[in-house]
Amino acid sequence: MEITEVLGESDINLRALSLADTSDFGILRMIVDNIDKAVKVLKDKGFIVKETDVVAVEVPDKPGGLAQVLEVLCIANINVEYMYAFFEQPKDKALLIFRFEDPERAIEVLSAKGIQIAGGETLGIG
Amino acid sequence: MMWNNEREALTDNAKKALQSEALKGLVKRAYDRIPFYTQKFDQLGLKPAHISSIEDITKLPFTNKTDLRDNYPFGMFAVPMSEVVETHTSSGTTGKPVIGGYTKKDIDLWSEVMARCLTMSGTAPSDIVHNAYGYGLFTGGLGVHYGARRIGATVIPVSGGNTKRQIMIMQDFGSTILTCTPSYTLYLAEVGEEMGIDFKGLPLRAGNFGAEPWSNNMRIEIENRLGLLALDIYGLTEIIGPGVGNECEQKTGVHLCDDHFYPEIINPDTGEVLPPGEVGELVITTLTKEATPLIRYRTRDITTLKPRKCACGRTSMRMERIMGRTDDMLIIRGVNVFPSQIEEVLVRIEGTEPHYQIVVDRVGSLDVLEILVEMNEKMISDEIKELEQVELKIKSEIESMLGIKVGVKLVEPKTIARSEGKAKRVFDKRTL
Repeated sequence: MEITEVLGESDINLRALSLADTSDFGILRMIVDNIDKAVKVLKDKGFIVKETDVVAVEVPDKPGGLAQVLEVLCIANINVEYMYAFFEQPKDKALLIFRFEDPERAIEVLSAKGIQIAGGETLGIG
Repeated sequence: MMWNNEREALTDNAKKALQSEALKGLVKRAYDRIPFYTQKFDQLGLKPAHISSIEDITKLPFTNKTDLRDNYPFGMFAVPMSEVVETHTSSGTTGKPVIGGYTKKDIDLWSEVMARCLTMSGTAPSDIVHNAYGYGLFTGGLGVHYGARRIGATVIPVSGGNTKRQIMIMQDFGSTILTCTPSYTLYLAEVGEEMGIDFKGLPLRAGNFGAEPWSNNMRIEIENRLGLLALDIYGLTEIIGPGVGNECEQKTGVHLCDDHFYPEIINPDTGEVLPPGEVGELVITTLTKEATPLIRYRTRDITTLKPRKCACGRTSMRMERIMGRTDDMLIIRGVNVFPSQIEEVLVRIEGTEPHYQIVVDRVGSLDVLEILVEMNEKMISDEIKELEQVELKIKSEIESMLGIKVGVKLVEPKTIARSEGKAKRVFDKRTL
């Protein structure tokens, strides 16, 4: 795929990605280590790029990890626009990437329940 | 300010008298000298003597673009080549070009009408006209050239291309009037802005822009970016080139030089003449042209006429901005649809020049219109829900404009083919 080649050539590391498909087009959602550079190189190549705020949540990599987070969101009546997950190898943790309409409120609710919000450094964003 | 007060502010009666006299002369010349018209008149049992006033014009047959093609190259000339001093052609994007011939008197006429047009943008002898219309077979360059010279302004015959050099000349020579296509004007603005030029600090004051359809939104953008008064100029090779008409500073329609070019609006399907205010195809008769006179030439441009006197004092017939072409008019379930209407909605929603394609098909016995729109920065979202909302918004706005149901599909950037010249927007897959 051309996008990943462009990023690879520019020495940009992909931290996570997810592909959304409709019958007419695809949307590639990614987390990269160097956001500004990634936006620039992709735009230069003619891709349409949009930066979006997402919330990363760290949960133990074990059964029920995700369910616990979703339960908190459900009770607080917070809608998940979309989400995807990936693992952190050495730490035995899973990272959940959430897109919320109101990320501030979601962070508040999750933190209040003791759920760990991961910062940019956890995701290797420079 | 008018170039020719006497001709541009004629009373109704004086104008009618002038047009009637000219029409009689034209019909006689065409019948006597152009075999195509001799044949057409004879078929209809029509003699020049049957035409005694401008109102009789509806008795005359139409002339179509195909008639000009059939008589290529010189079959429509009413004078021997020894009297022709110049020829121009249309761009001829499809097949053989259309030819316009000019006698000395025609060049004189062209200079006169172009002087009127340039005067509408305020051009005076002290002005420096930066003429970036192409010089050559295309009528744009020389048409403006003749008009500016007639006024006595200084012409810079810079022609098209080499944009950075153009901007240097514009700065160094202190150009005050700009003449070129609206799309090239925006390109000039873009290149100039990259060079760090402050156009508003330059002496540029006004421009006559034409030779392609453009919108009022584009006018606003040109005026804002270049800091000048942007007026629409209208013309076509078949009639004379630029100079058929121009907007005055009121911006309430193009003033047609109707003492030389008689306008009518017809229903393109039936040929019936429509009253002022109704939308239809513009038909022009060249009342005074010598080399290649045309009777009721169907321009295929869609517009409407406004006969009332303008605040500027001119009494010439005005026409609204060209809304589309009969060639790209689609009839969908009995409704006339112009790609320009769809484009207008897209420009409003996207805020930029859209890339889109219109696909017409017939499912069973029903015509279906589908519009493919390329996504851009402004529309994109990482949420499918939002993209669907954009789709829905475009769909409902187009439907309320056209009054028929349409399909709208957002497609990936760069999936719609780009073209160098005129973009192909419409794909009609119906087999009728």
